[in-house]
Amino acid sequence: MEPLSNRKKVLEQKPMDFWERLYLPAIFQGMGVTFRHMFKKKETIFYPEVEREFSENWRGMHSLKRDEQGRERCTACGLCALSCPAEAITMIAAERQKGEEELYREEKYAAVYEINMLRCIFCGLCEEACPKEAIYLDGPIVPADYLRKDFIYGKDKLVEEPFNV
Amino acid sequence: MELAFIIEKFALVTVIFLISLTVAAYSTLAERKIAGYLQDRVGPNRAGPGGMFQPLADGLKMFFKEEIIPTDSSKALFILGPSLALLTSLIGSAVIPWGESIQIADRLVSLQIADVNVGILYIFGVVSLGVYGIMIGGWASNNKFSLMGAIRAASQSISYEIPMGLSIIALLMATNTLSMKEIAEQQHGMNWNIFYQPLGFIIFLVCSFAETNRTPFDLPECETELVGGYHTEYSGFKMGAFMFAEYLNMFLASAVMSTLYFGGYNYPGMDWVNSMLGPLFGPLIGMGVLLVKIFAFIFFFMWVRWTVPRFRYDQLMNLGWKVLIPLAIANIVITGIVITIFDKL
Repeated sequence: MEPLSNRKKVLEQKPMDFWERLYLPAIFQGMGVTFRHMFKKKETIFYPEVEREFSENWRGMHSLKRDEQGRERCTACGLCALSCPAEAITMIAAERQKGEEELYREEKYAAVYEINMLRCIFCGLCEEACPKEAIYLDGPIVPADYLRKDFIYGKDKLVEEPFNV
Repeated sequence: MELAFIIEKFALVTVIFLISLTVAAYSTLAERKIAGYLQDRVGPNRAGPGGMFQPLADGLKMFFKEEIIPTDSSKALFILGPSLALLTSLIGSAVIPWGESIQIADRLVSLQIADVNVGILYIFGVVSLGVYGIMIGGWASNNKFSLMGAIRAASQSISYEIPMGLSIIALLMATNTLSMKEIAEQQHGMNWNIFYQPLGFIIFLVCSFAETNRTPFDLPECETELVGGYHTEYSGFKMGAFMFAEYLNMFLASAVMSTLYFGGYNYPGMDWVNSMLGPLFGPLIGMGVLLVKIFAFIFFFMWVRWTVPRFRYDQLMNLGWKVLIPLAIANIVITGIVITIFDKL
């Protein structure tokens, strides 16, 4: 039968000849290869001092965004929690009171918004589901910690810093 | 006179002991550094400048780790195993001639701890004893993996001692002496035995890889099959002793190979250097040259380890019995013929 691609290689399966059974030529060849690698550029990135450059669409820690006037965009619609395949997001909604117009953009807002970073798989579906452009995974790597409860990030860690206008 | 002799030997033993321990400790760092560089990494570099204090950190870690002695093990033998391994790897360096005699205030001090007239046999005895540490440790652990490792170590070391001894016989035919000191003296300048016994050297090199349980012959501690081999059950400092013994063995094997085949402390132009520096510093340069040769061999050991994969067990036995022993016997025959022809001329 005609092969679909011409990438098929027929391997020779003949018994080893004398030089191959000596092992030494092959060993010296291999040692030459490893010796050349000693002088190659090292791939190591010295992590705490130097950080690897991430690609533009890299997904890191979540941040809850604010609009141009510094108000929280999130309306606690729950679409992110619904879309989350790992069920990492929970929230409690609340109604905006009089005098809070500078804090929250819509009439409803998230009083509690928690993401369990141990459950999160950083798929970015919450970002895609959000109709208000309120959540983006544009932060740094989520840092290590000692206790499970410390991985549940609340609004104090997630919401963007207010603008200094 | 007697007191001076004792002091002199005691000082020498201390110095050699310290050098062995330092070299073994820094071999662990060198191993990881070389492994890194061969694999396009940099190796440990956090403890001190360039990772210089890594061996100290590792040693401290070994000391402070919990030592577990399995309940079903034979306790005395369990402790004896690593102790014996460490002991045998340390006493081997007693017959290595580290340099020519140095002169301190019209007193000639030999740089060899004991000039045994059967030095090579002594080395062989010590090296064969080394496997007892592994065997006892592996057996006393009462663990199947350890036992398998110990059995492998024993059979491997028996198999490879034969070609090693046979390759040495050819060397002895060429040198006519069993004393390490005389063998070193005969190789004055550039008159090294490697030029007379190239095949014998290769056999000896392969066998010393097997005797020190280094890759490609590290089947006794083969991680992929035996978890940790003979030291599966060991932890803390006893585990450290086994590891240390392996590096000391490597140091000893390098020293023996340098002395037997690569001229020991001899180097071209040594007469001129000795006449320039006098009888005290000249031999010390020779000792430095010997250490450089040893380091080169240690580097070679590590280079091979991070290049060559482990042999399968049947391949190991085939290589030992069907390739190396016939080659070693052929080497003896060839050496005999050549010596006879040269004597007749």
